[in-house]
Amino acid sequence: MQATSDEALIGRIAAGDKLAMHLLFARHHVRVYRFVLRLVRDESLAEDLISDVFLDVWRQASRFERRSSVGTWLLAIGRHKALSALRKRPGQTLDEEQTAAIEDPGDDPEIAVQKKDKSEILRKCLNGLSAEHREIIDLVYYHERSVEEVAGIVGIPANTVKTRMFYARKRLSELLKAAGLDRGWP
Amino acid sequence: MMMEERNPDEIEALLPWHAAGTLSREDAARVEAALARDHELARRYALVREELAETIRLNEALGAPSPRPLQRLMTRIEGEAAETARGRGALAIGRWLEALPLRLSPRTLAWSAVAAAVVIVVQAGFLAALFVGPQGHSYRTAAVEQAAAPPGAYALVGFVPQASAADVTKFLETHKASIVDGPRAGGFYRIRIGEGGLSRDKLADIVGRMQQESAVVRFAAPAE
Repeated sequence: MQATSDEALIGRIAAGDKLAMHLLFARHHVRVYRFVLRLVRDESLAEDLISDVFLDVWRQASRFERRSSVGTWLLAIGRHKALSALRKRPGQTLDEEQTAAIEDPGDDPEIAVQKKDKSEILRKCLNGLSAEHREIIDLVYYHERSVEEVAGIVGIPANTVKTRMFYARKRLSELLKAAGLDRGWP
Repeated sequence: MMMEERNPDEIEALLPWHAAGTLSREDAARVEAALARDHELARRYALVREELAETIRLNEALGAPSPRPLQRLMTRIEGEAAETARGRGALAIGRWLEALPLRLSPRTLAWSAVAAAVVIVVQAGFLAALFVGPQGHSYRTAAVEQAAAPPGAYALVGFVPQASAADVTKFLETHKASIVDGPRAGGFYRIRIGEGGLSRDKLADIVGRMQQESAVVRFAAPAE
């Protein structure tokens, strides 16, 4: 059996079909939630925001122009909501790098590597990136968005997407090196 | 920053998308060819694949949201659908009334106005007689009898101005309550608690717990 396409569901939602809304929510809400959660780092806020994201879909379904996939559209709305929510919270910005989360001043780097498994360090360093770098790495690796789709979601040119991804990875290598894991790159 | 201005090698910049499988067929072929001839690039590609695997693990470990967002969403959609339906009904009647004079001739309109005035005068007299009554008793219409509230426990609540729709929805869900009337003067709502009746003590207990939710509620009291 062929599943109804996202685009067909959007058409039904535009006609007021609540069941189609349920289906689209079931299909995408976990990924949108995780994307938003990685930006706002607050589970309760992320839950509120995904409800807002899908309410926007309900209201604007008739205006969906198919210039991007539905998944990309949802992530773009989610990003906009997350950034708006962060702006309302004083003291939280997108540029913060969570370096405190990866530093372990009690151990020298070599001991740290022995104590911790490599993938755990890698995950910690991924978490320690700035929100801007986390965002692009998540979009490319986890949400499987192409260069053009990332450009559409983040609102930057395609070449800047590639450059930003390169520097996010470079920064990750620096954090790994600081944590005792020298990858020999860059 | 100077560093940010330098573009990375074009093929190397594409490695993350190649690992994720989101390159065009043409670009993927270019990357594959470069990987086959450049061992250092192939080593770096292995690093990219490690990053990809750990990014997936990291995101998957975030878990899933509770059912709350869906409940909140559907409540809001139901609310908007009801609002739209009411709006459409009012608009249709409004348009009909607006267009009515255009369909009628001036003579018909004049007679209609006279007839309407007579009806209003007669109706006013009839209602006054009913209300005062021959013995001075007040009158209760059948409609009022029919609209009598179903059995159950009721309370009167007022919400704080800062309470969002989500807060109110959560509050009502927590106390298994639903709004049956309002807003009344002062912004109070009459809510029904539970499906059946409650003892006076039980109702007082629930209302007491409602009063403690000062972030959402500014007033709560048992009601008839």
